[in-house]
Amino acid sequence: MANFNLKVNGKNEQVDVDPATPMLWVLRDHLKLVGTKYGCGIAQCGACTIHLGDNAVRSCQLPVSAVNDQDITTIEGLSENGDHPVQKAWMEVDVYQCGYCQAGQIMNASAFLKNNPNPTDEEIEGAMNGNICRCGTYTRIKKAIKEAASSENA
Amino acid sequence: MASIKTKIGRRAFIKNTSLASGGLVLGFSFLNSCKPKQVAEMAVQEMPKEWFEINGYLKIGDNGLVTILSPNPEIGQNVRTSMPMIVADELEIDWKDVLVEQAPLNTDLYSWQVAGGSRSISSSWQSLRMAGATARQMLKEAAAKAWQVPVGEISAVAGKLTHEVSGNSAGYGDMASAASQIAVPEEVDLKERSEFSIIGTSRKNVDGRKIVTGQPLFGLDVQREGMLIATLAHPPAFGMQLKSFDADSAKQMPGIKDVFSLKIYDDDFKRSAFHHTAFNEVIVVLGESTWQVMQAKKALKVEWENAPEVSVGMSMFGNEMKVNFPAGLENSTNHRLKMEELNARKGKVVRKDGNPEAAFKNASKVIERSYSAPFLAHNTMEPMNFFANVTDDHAELLGPTQTPEWMEPAIAERLGLPIEKVDIMMTRQGGGFGRRLYGHFMVEVAAISQKVKAPVKLVYSREDDMSQGIYRPSYYATYRAALDADNNLTALHVKTGGIPESPLFANRFPAGALDNYLAEDWTIESNITTGAFRAPRSNFIAGAEQSFLDEVAEAAGKDPIELRLELLKRAQENPVGERNDYDAARYAGVLELVKEKSNWESGNQGMNRGVSAYFCHDSYVAQVLDIAMEKDKPVVQKVTTAIDCGIVINPDAATNLAEGGVVDGIGHAMYSAITFKDGAPEQKNFDKYRLIRHSEAPKSIETHFVQNDIDPTGLGEPPFPPIMGALANALYKATGQRHYHQPFITEKQVLG
Repeated sequence: MANFNLKVNGKNEQVDVDPATPMLWVLRDHLKLVGTKYGCGIAQCGACTIHLGDNAVRSCQLPVSAVNDQDITTIEGLSENGDHPVQKAWMEVDVYQCGYCQAGQIMNASAFLKNNPNPTDEEIEGAMNGNICRCGTYTRIKKAIKEAASSENA
Repeated sequence: MASIKTKIGRRAFIKNTSLASGGLVLGFSFLNSCKPKQVAEMAVQEMPKEWFEINGYLKIGDNGLVTILSPNPEIGQNVRTSMPMIVADELEIDWKDVLVEQAPLNTDLYSWQVAGGSRSISSSWQSLRMAGATARQMLKEAAAKAWQVPVGEISAVAGKLTHEVSGNSAGYGDMASAASQIAVPEEVDLKERSEFSIIGTSRKNVDGRKIVTGQPLFGLDVQREGMLIATLAHPPAFGMQLKSFDADSAKQMPGIKDVFSLKIYDDDFKRSAFHHTAFNEVIVVLGESTWQVMQAKKALKVEWENAPEVSVGMSMFGNEMKVNFPAGLENSTNHRLKMEELNARKGKVVRKDGNPEAAFKNASKVIERSYSAPFLAHNTMEPMNFFANVTDDHAELLGPTQTPEWMEPAIAERLGLPIEKVDIMMTRQGGGFGRRLYGHFMVEVAAISQKVKAPVKLVYSREDDMSQGIYRPSYYATYRAALDADNNLTALHVKTGGIPESPLFANRFPAGALDNYLAEDWTIESNITTGAFRAPRSNFIAGAEQSFLDEVAEAAGKDPIELRLELLKRAQENPVGERNDYDAARYAGVLELVKEKSNWESGNQGMNRGVSAYFCHDSYVAQVLDIAMEKDKPVVQKVTTAIDCGIVINPDAATNLAEGGVVDGIGHAMYSAITFKDGAPEQKNFDKYRLIRHSEAPKSIETHFVQNDIDPTGLGEPPFPPIMGALANALYKATGQRHYHQPFITEKQVLG
């Protein structure tokens, strides 16, 4: 066990955990930020996607000891009032069915759009291919990403 | 207006005393105390000072807000929005003034609190309408009393009561207190379809904001003071059991509270259908956090041994029966050989019309094709989990289940508590697909909590979830068709079976459309546990049958839609047999609609097109799937779906569900399988088990609903089975190769 100072959603947090503990479980069990989801634990489904700095990463494969002073953003901190363009587009398109994978989809999509504000359909498919939606909302996810892109460019 | 008695489901109008406490009862407040500030503030701002309970489905606040309780489990089918919409429409309230809460399990108040059989809406359609309509009537009566005017002269529209003659008017909130004292009326007026103002209009998912902001909603999100986390180690293969284990090093690991073995049911325990287990003895690892218990589980030293044959006596809805689990470690290669062997023998004749033997003997052309499908894991994105807090005289359970109503007695019996001491609450659920119909995880966590006398959340890892069983069974089928010299279809023979169940629906189309018809089946016992998976049995047999009909049409030189319509015309005008359990006119209706909407008659439009249609869960679905070849790879460009499921409550949400069925069906037919080696599943996570991904989904999906006034029928399941046939038929057009054995990807590299 060791103490780690983390910056999560702009707030300083301290946890006392095994250094190998993945950020997924630090967030969920220790910081009670349960918006980040467990799906597979081996970086195959994308449900646990968070931002490390500006990059989308799989929190199930990110040991707390590797974070250091990098900023962590989770779905709870993506925007102040749930009004990030991607969140708004998701609500507008009513993307979700069960909703479980969508935090990871949104975190991945928002990091992707930051790097590529005008993606083609093929680029969206490629960027989102690591995020599984078991309910099959892929066509709506693509539509929402395009809407978010056009609203940001408006 | 149609005046109907409230007798049906009358018990639903008993007042629910647990709701009468009023105040801030937020639907998700029990999950986590760490709600972001702004969400809590928004909710509080709108809250009335006092709630008045009108019946078990709704309460009205003094400011006119209405809280509607959604009785059924929410697994992604969106009943938490559509069920309250039905109540709100009959109540005559503006949808923006409605708050939705998840109702707890309460078998006195509600019926069929089950997410299964695509029956949530159809089974509660009348009671939800009456809940709204009786409340509206009680508000009117309260106003009539207050204003001393005849109740028949009062109108109730959009949350407002008006008596035009006297000029009196009041909001629902003003009359809520008085209305709550009025006796439940004997008769109420329900709206005509033309009067619906919410039903049939698209409304956004009531949990949308919570989903996109990461609020605690799901079972895995449950947090409680003093709660321990449990995980289970189960045998690595079916046909094995626990011999011994050494937990010394696991117990020394940080955060670990205890490690012990747990027998779910003693040998003499009287089981019902809901005392369901894959492995009856497991090792429990209990600790402070999820990561810690997952790590400690890896440190267990366990010896497993081969299990003997087990025969479990079970009471299935009152019928006593034995379920047999043979000994041995099974292999997929043997499964396939066994299925082929049984399918080569005579099966059990389930239906026979005319003289199929003679028709085949006299045929000028016989087509015979065989189809198969593997075991599948449901793989809900949220793995199995549940919370329990069991004390000496009470059990509280909270989490994702499709069958709270059926699990309550099962849990009470296992714990030795009276049923009224077991309370079950439902969270939103990260998928169901049939997996959470089998609540063994609820019994497991309750038994653990009872033993350790602490609140416990049981968490399955993905590997636990995928290797634990309750799979979609594996199936095999052979179809034969006889054609005469004029290419008329004169007989059809289906022989099918599976491990451990048969997928045959002997009385569905094309039975009834053919003079000569034979349906046979068989089953093979196995120790691999199986369960219902989205559209059970249909999810295989639809694709096989609809692929076969495509080959029959081709052999007969007919358009595949025309062949089906000809058969359906026969079934409608002059049906063979009396037990046909489909409506041929509605079946033909969806084919006609998909033909029109896909511009079927205007030619291929550069696409390779496949069609399919199927009936299940009282609904009819037809689909046209278009494939384009891109760099020698087939890519699904578009799917056009036509559905007849009666009245559609929430069209955009229904469309979403139908789109999901299409993607789900293409994915499972193409990519997914659980295979076995020496009893162990060879796929335990998403590195080996393939689910469809973004780039493999259709580029566009179009959904059309037949407009009629028929009471709602199923929707969650029906769009799923037929798409597998449409996919196989379009792939054939695109590549020249027919696909018979799922997952198609193993037959040959297809879809790019």
